[in-house]
Amino acid sequence: MFEYAPAPESRSVVDLKPSYGLFINGEFVDPTDGGSFKSINPASEEVLAEVAEAGAQDVDRAVRAAREAYEKVWGPMPGRDRAKYLFRIARIIQERSRELAVLESLDNGKPIKESRDVDVPLVAGYFFYYAGWADKLGHAGFGPDPKPLGVAAQVIPWNFPLLMLAWKIAPALAAGNTVVLKPAETTPLTALLFAEICQQADLPAGVVNILTGAGDTGRALVEHAGVDKVAFTGSTEVGRAIARSVAGSRKKLTLELGGKAANIVFDDAPIDQAVEGIVNGIFFNQGHVCCAGSRLLVQENVADRVLESLKRRMAQLRVGDPLDKNTDIGAINSAAQLERIRELSDAGSAEGAERWSPPCELPERGFWFAPTIFTGVTQAHRIAREEIFGPVLSVLTFRTPAEAVEKANNTPYGLSAGIWTDKGSRILWMADRLRAGVVWANTFNKFDPTSPFGGYKESGYGREGGRHGLEGYLNV
Amino acid sequence: MTATATSARSDLSELGRSETALRTFLHGLPGVDQVGAEQRAAQLGTRSIKTTAKAQAIDLAIRMVDLTTLEGADTPGKVRALAAKALRPDPADPSCPHVGAVCVYPAMVPHVAEVLRGSKVHLASVATAFPSGQAPLEVKLADTRAAVEAGADEIDMVINRGAFLAGRYQEVYEEIVATKAASGDAHLKVILETGELATYDNVRRASWLAMLAGGDFIKTSTGKVPVAATLPVTLVMLEAVRDFRAATGRQVGVKPAGGIKTTKDAIKYLVMVNETVGPDWLDPDWFRFGASSLLNDLLMQRTKLTTGTYSGPDYFTLD
Repeated sequence: MFEYAPAPESRSVVDLKPSYGLFINGEFVDPTDGGSFKSINPASEEVLAEVAEAGAQDVDRAVRAAREAYEKVWGPMPGRDRAKYLFRIARIIQERSRELAVLESLDNGKPIKESRDVDVPLVAGYFFYYAGWADKLGHAGFGPDPKPLGVAAQVIPWNFPLLMLAWKIAPALAAGNTVVLKPAETTPLTALLFAEICQQADLPAGVVNILTGAGDTGRALVEHAGVDKVAFTGSTEVGRAIARSVAGSRKKLTLELGGKAANIVFDDAPIDQAVEGIVNGIFFNQGHVCCAGSRLLVQENVADRVLESLKRRMAQLRVGDPLDKNTDIGAINSAAQLERIRELSDAGSAEGAERWSPPCELPERGFWFAPTIFTGVTQAHRIAREEIFGPVLSVLTFRTPAEAVEKANNTPYGLSAGIWTDKGSRILWMADRLRAGVVWANTFNKFDPTSPFGGYKESGYGREGGRHGLEGYLNV
Repeated sequence: MTATATSARSDLSELGRSETALRTFLHGLPGVDQVGAEQRAAQLGTRSIKTTAKAQAIDLAIRMVDLTTLEGADTPGKVRALAAKALRPDPADPSCPHVGAVCVYPAMVPHVAEVLRGSKVHLASVATAFPSGQAPLEVKLADTRAAVEAGADEIDMVINRGAFLAGRYQEVYEEIVATKAASGDAHLKVILETGELATYDNVRRASWLAMLAGGDFIKTSTGKVPVAATLPVTLVMLEAVRDFRAATGRQVGVKPAGGIKTTKDAIKYLVMVNETVGPDWLDPDWFRFGASSLLNDLLMQRTKLTTGTYSGPDYFTLD
């Protein structure tokens, strides 16, 4: 046997303070009417830092600071000068990438190989990409001289704390808006490190404000009258509430919500690579991915073979310490999320689906869930309809391409889909019929700053990334 | 490959009798997505193998080396020195294991045999008009017999790439069968020369063809064309031996050869073996490295791990 010795990434690169204030108008300040909460490491339940919780008055202060920066500095600034700041931020992110990656894994629980090789490089990539747009907005297809909206209120989830921050802040700033961003309550730390990076880049005060807090802080922020734009990524339930609260106001809204993506494997697919794609589709980031390929639709004449390969591959997955460089699956982000995954998985068993996990030892402390697949799932099962947001795959079969399309589309969501086949014409035929914002062919979970991302139906509206991502931050 | 192993076994043995059956089978194998295969190989390359795992990997890699010299300038003295090094790679450290085999041209086999006699180090000879294979079949078979008679217990043959690429699968198949017969008890390694096969689909088909015809090992390259062993090619071949055993019950070895020069490279291959086909192949009987300069780097890294200091190349013999 070839046992890999532990290969932990060093924590010493991260300099955590015992407590953090709110980042308003270029400096860290104590909350005026808020409290505080603790952010923990989900892999060990150890407290990492105490973080301020912004109250309504803090929200008001931050929105005012953003308004003033918008009117006096950032709005009037020529695009080429805004670009300089964004390029500078992107470079600092690259320079401090190791620190950002380690802190992201500590606070979120995701494996270091993902934060190091996926999250942080993409974060820098989005800043570089949108920096390039700042002085070329007249060529983006929204008229000769498109104007920014003003102050953007942005609320992001815990699954990709830094990446979602980049998706929100980079296009907003490139277009000339200022922002007030609220990171998720379980993963606030990298956003606060990003605030330090803004200071390091000499970004003018008030252009970026970071308010930590939970649901109440987020609600106060999106409902604040001084906000021109609301951007939210998170659950469909909260998205719906935000849409209601914003309705009838002048606020422009983009929502990126849940998903229940179909990953469709045809009998002529490259099986070994399809299995990699299935694994990447559902086990990447512990399945905490809104576009995760959580429903595997496999053609029935290759179902046994695909499942056999998939199980063999799953047995190779290494679950454990997120900071170990060889870890494939890290910790579930919170006790609440673990509870939800358990509840839906139990429902899967109770409704008659067959559950399977490879033998795997889970650490005693922290929040863990073994990679799991359910076979014999039907469209009527809860695990085929509800977003689990965990490392749990529901396997369904189909006979004809038409049936695959019908099953893939039979969901209130429509964020992403995957197609695995050697036949190019079938890829195009399927892509025309799938109601999903992103369709991957012979790959999955591929992200690129130049490519727009967003949903159909209850997966939200508006696009982030690419030229299209500018539209949500321009007055068009 | 069909669902039940027993029916598959009887099916596969008949395939070589008909060009149509061979073609239908080989072209019915699942395709390989180039981007996906290369991505998987790159991912496996990011595994971090340290301390005890590294020490274990280095010793295993040394035992898997087919210490090779295949030059026009090879002399009896040079190959004897190489054989002596194969037996005791690090004369200063008796705990250092011996390599898997020595690999030379047929004319050099008798000289190596003298040195290796009585040891557990295998003696491999290239044959069949290595490296191009551009000779009449009788010549290739005579080449093979001569190597075995001179003492080789492993034969590294080359396939007829022209026939393979032209789609004359049965011709390739029959040459392998004939070479296997001419090899007698010697183990037959079949060199696919993947650098000339151009696509991973072809690599997978050639792997199956070689296994169906009775090859004991499939080997990537001669080392004599610009593209030799790569991680993705080896991944496709490992998947082939894994699927072949599942279908037939027979285990076939894999030998990447050419271009593997550092310990870091070798460890990436071992990680790939471990996570693709598992511990059954983590053994010199089932996985080999065709290499020459790799051994010295393994020895230097081994010394570094045991003594804590890094000794220079002058402390290890050149061949």
